[in-house]
Amino acid sequence: MSGHGDGKDAGRQVSWIESAASHFVVVLAVAFALYPVLWVIALAFSGTSTPEARVLPIPREPTFDHLWAVVSTTREVGESTQWLFGRQLANSLIVSISTALVGIGIAIPAAYALARFDFVGKERGLRVLLATQMFPAVAAAIPLYLMLDALGLLNSRTGLVLCYATTAVPFAIFQLRAAFESIPVDLEEAAMVDGATRLQAFVKVVLPAARPAIAVTALFAFMSAYNEFILAATLLGKEDMFTLPVVLQRFIGEYDAQWEAFAAGALIVSLPVMVLFYVLQRNLVAGLTAGGVKG
Amino acid sequence: MGKRGIIDGRENEEPTARVPGPAYARIASLLVGAATLLSAAPASADEDAPIQLWHAYRGAEEDALAAIVARHEATGGAPVELLALPYDAFGSKLGASIPLGEGPDLYIDSHERLGDYRVREIVAPVGDAFEGEEGFRDNALAAVTLDGEIWGVPLSQKCVALYVNQGLLREVPATLEGIAALQPGLPEGVFALAYEAQGAYAHAALLGAFGGSMLGPEDSFGFVGEPAIRSLDLVQSLIDRGAVPNDADGALVTDLFRAGKAATAISGPWLAADLGETDVDYRVVQLPKVEAAGGEPMRPMLTVEAVMLSPHGAQKPEVRALAKLLASREAAEIRQATAHTLTARSDVPLPEGDAFLRAFADQAEVAIPMPSSPAMRATWEPANRAIKAFLRGELDAAAATEGARKRFDDVRRPPPPPASPTPLIIVVGLMLLYMAFGMVRAARSGDLGPALRRSLPAYRYVAHAVIAIGLLVLVPLIIGAATSLWAGRPETGHYVGLANFVDILTARGGPLLATGSFYLVLLVTLLWTLSNVVLHLALGVSLGLILARPTMKLRGIYRVLLIIPWAVPNYVTALAWKGMFHRQFGAVTGLIEGLNRAFGLSMEPIAWFSKFSTAFTANLATNVWLGFPFMMVITLGALTAVPGDVLEAAEVDGATRWQRLWKVTLPIIRPTMLPAVVLGAIWTFNMFNVVFLVSGGEPDGTTDILVSEAYRWAFTREAQYGYAAAYAVLIFLMLFSVTRLGEWRAKVKADREAAAVAEAVAASGGAH
Repeated sequence: MSGHGDGKDAGRQVSWIESAASHFVVVLAVAFALYPVLWVIALAFSGTSTPEARVLPIPREPTFDHLWAVVSTTREVGESTQWLFGRQLANSLIVSISTALVGIGIAIPAAYALARFDFVGKERGLRVLLATQMFPAVAAAIPLYLMLDALGLLNSRTGLVLCYATTAVPFAIFQLRAAFESIPVDLEEAAMVDGATRLQAFVKVVLPAARPAIAVTALFAFMSAYNEFILAATLLGKEDMFTLPVVLQRFIGEYDAQWEAFAAGALIVSLPVMVLFYVLQRNLVAGLTAGGVKG
Repeated sequence: MGKRGIIDGRENEEPTARVPGPAYARIASLLVGAATLLSAAPASADEDAPIQLWHAYRGAEEDALAAIVARHEATGGAPVELLALPYDAFGSKLGASIPLGEGPDLYIDSHERLGDYRVREIVAPVGDAFEGEEGFRDNALAAVTLDGEIWGVPLSQKCVALYVNQGLLREVPATLEGIAALQPGLPEGVFALAYEAQGAYAHAALLGAFGGSMLGPEDSFGFVGEPAIRSLDLVQSLIDRGAVPNDADGALVTDLFRAGKAATAISGPWLAADLGETDVDYRVVQLPKVEAAGGEPMRPMLTVEAVMLSPHGAQKPEVRALAKLLASREAAEIRQATAHTLTARSDVPLPEGDAFLRAFADQAEVAIPMPSSPAMRATWEPANRAIKAFLRGELDAAAATEGARKRFDDVRRPPPPPASPTPLIIVVGLMLLYMAFGMVRAARSGDLGPALRRSLPAYRYVAHAVIAIGLLVLVPLIIGAATSLWAGRPETGHYVGLANFVDILTARGGPLLATGSFYLVLLVTLLWTLSNVVLHLALGVSLGLILARPTMKLRGIYRVLLIIPWAVPNYVTALAWKGMFHRQFGAVTGLIEGLNRAFGLSMEPIAWFSKFSTAFTANLATNVWLGFPFMMVITLGALTAVPGDVLEAAEVDGATRWQRLWKVTLPIIRPTMLPAVVLGAIWTFNMFNVVFLVSGGEPDGTTDILVSEAYRWAFTREAQYGYAAAYAVLIFLMLFSVTRLGEWRAKVKADREAAAVAEAVAASGGAH
């Protein structure tokens, strides 16, 4: 982490004022970062909602009812009872993980080629790729929908994954291309001198070296799919196919917003991503450094 | 469902991707025709499939529907599959699926959408599902009858009435003014009347007392003239007396009444569901009369929920039989018993002594069925803005409503005339010719063959990505961009050439910097992007610098905590921020009150969304919060690339800490950070969620950015997709040219800086 050449400074005392000031600034920032999230948490555990201006996010009449209500939804299918929330959580995970895998799977070879080979149309292709990121996504939603319909993929997880892949793939290509570029060519060349084919060198040498960047790119693809609700609400037409954000959306209306239930759901939806962020946080820095999100 | 369905204007402002019908189907079918041939048989082929019934009910109403359907199935009816959808997605899902022969056979929706659905051909007359006029209330029948035909079978009626907290108020004054006069006698912090004063839907009840309506004759804007002005003046006087909260939205009205902080509230039957578990002692009565209107009663808008048939469902006898059953007397009784719903039937007696249903039934009699003309949808946005502008004190009632009418007329003005597609064909032809010419020339020059051969291994790696991106990204984008050359509603649209672009770039013939004009919105968007990027960078880089110091304790924990805003879905946190900025009950107001108490100050709570500067600040705070972790992580990453010996050398040379930061560290991390900054800027430029969910463009659409303005044209202003697509194309063109320019300049600069850094390294290395 430390790039600063403080090795020799180890023995030197950093003035405590400076250290205190740093902590003060960071603690302020942490408070800024956590405050709205704490409100969501407080709301999720509140028994009642009273309209009054309060500063501290403390739940009123704490209760687990909302969390339990969100988690324990079921529905009757014929004779048996189906754990609806479980299915919807599974849908969310399946769709998001598939999006991450499809995105990475398509992007890795392409990004490698863009990083290592020179070929006709490379510059132009890159420019087109960047340009797709500038077009507001809403403009493409309608044609995409009609295409999925023609392919019979409406109302299916596959169709949703394809939609999400449209944003995941270009971003992943940019990320990974920069990551591959930052890996010294010497490594592969050494392997190839030792008799490895280019493909073997790629798989055995380059991919392991780019692991942090790949993990972070996968995380982004996962996250964007996991949090999306506009397309999901439009494309999915069966309750047991819904992803969690669509379920969340049902809690808030104009007049009868069930904010506590919404907050409870939001908390549950956020948990897997938080865990992933925590697990991958070291990679996050390393992966983005290598990637540098180069355009 | 009617809970929200009633407010059609609101529902239209929700971020849904509405997918329109036939015109797009025609365009796209050309491109996906091949795929269609390959795809399996259409959905309707399956005769044994259960009947698809869509609804947006929740809670008791959903239970009632399930009970009715269960009974239908138990008595030998065709099997039914129920689907409960988020209300916000309802209309768009219908519009997306039914024209393609997919989707529900029948669905339950609010009558005011019938006009729109009819134009889009996603609803059919009910035929023999309607058993005859005698069983239904006149108001309900009128609501579902268009041009002499019945387009939906009425189920229930919903409108607002007056909830009275009996603990606070034993006798209800007969007039609105009488209720307001109670204010001085009420406990501190209790309002005499809670209702959504700034909303056009709630205001319509008042307007009705003065004999006005939101939509006038022949689809003209109705919220103008004497009734509009007098009703607005009355609201102002109620607020001035402190009898009505100034900025309550629907959810807050519920909360106020539930918490005993409102003696009376104007709300619909849905409020009762929320009060079920509380100990508020309440009853419901008809809305009061209005003295200022000569003692006329308030007349709210009436929504009739009805069963509607999709064109393919209407052809099936078993579907029509189900629709008939859903609206039958027996079903109405189940609904009334289970969900306490006011039926649309006249032959179902109200339960003995049920004052609640009685009050709503009486109220429904004097209510005005909401017009089902598609023009109704276009009234909400201008009317809402007029009320808000007036209550903020910016405009007097006459000017505000007159401005609203102009806006309404502008949005509804006829699309540009059809243009000849010949120029387009010529331009596309010339482009193709030019490309072909270029290819031939390249091929003949002899360089291409060997170059291609050299490229072959690379193509093996990129081929699948090219195909995937071409099909999934480029084709939809090109079709989307092409719709910018069309105008009008999707069903009746026609090719207009560049007329949409001309309209936008000439600010629709108005002053170039008027509210909502392209140029003003562009300026706001630029200000928005610039201030966000600057703050993201300032916060992200300083935190990154602090956390990268090896002497910093606990930095691992700090880093995890600071990344959290990035990990929570942004629509959740955007809504949390909006709540914090509420003028009366937000946490920011709580903070101000706390400071006042602690330091004896007297700061006023800020009405964040009533001024451009504060509304913009609220959006900005939210987006800075969302975006700084990304910059921080990028900074941390970039800092690992700073060689320690360079800094050491600089220190040995006597550079101060400050000089080392500005002269060494920042120049070194800059090239690594630049791409991230560019990408961040593009994301911010198109950051729809925050603007839409936090300020919603308020006040008066001034905080809208280009993307949210485009969204409004597509989804709240009569489905002008072509116009919205033209916005999207302009956004694209601007971003594209700016990044190209930036790329070029950055390259020049980076070369120069790289040289400078190399020099510095060499120099410090020498000094060592």
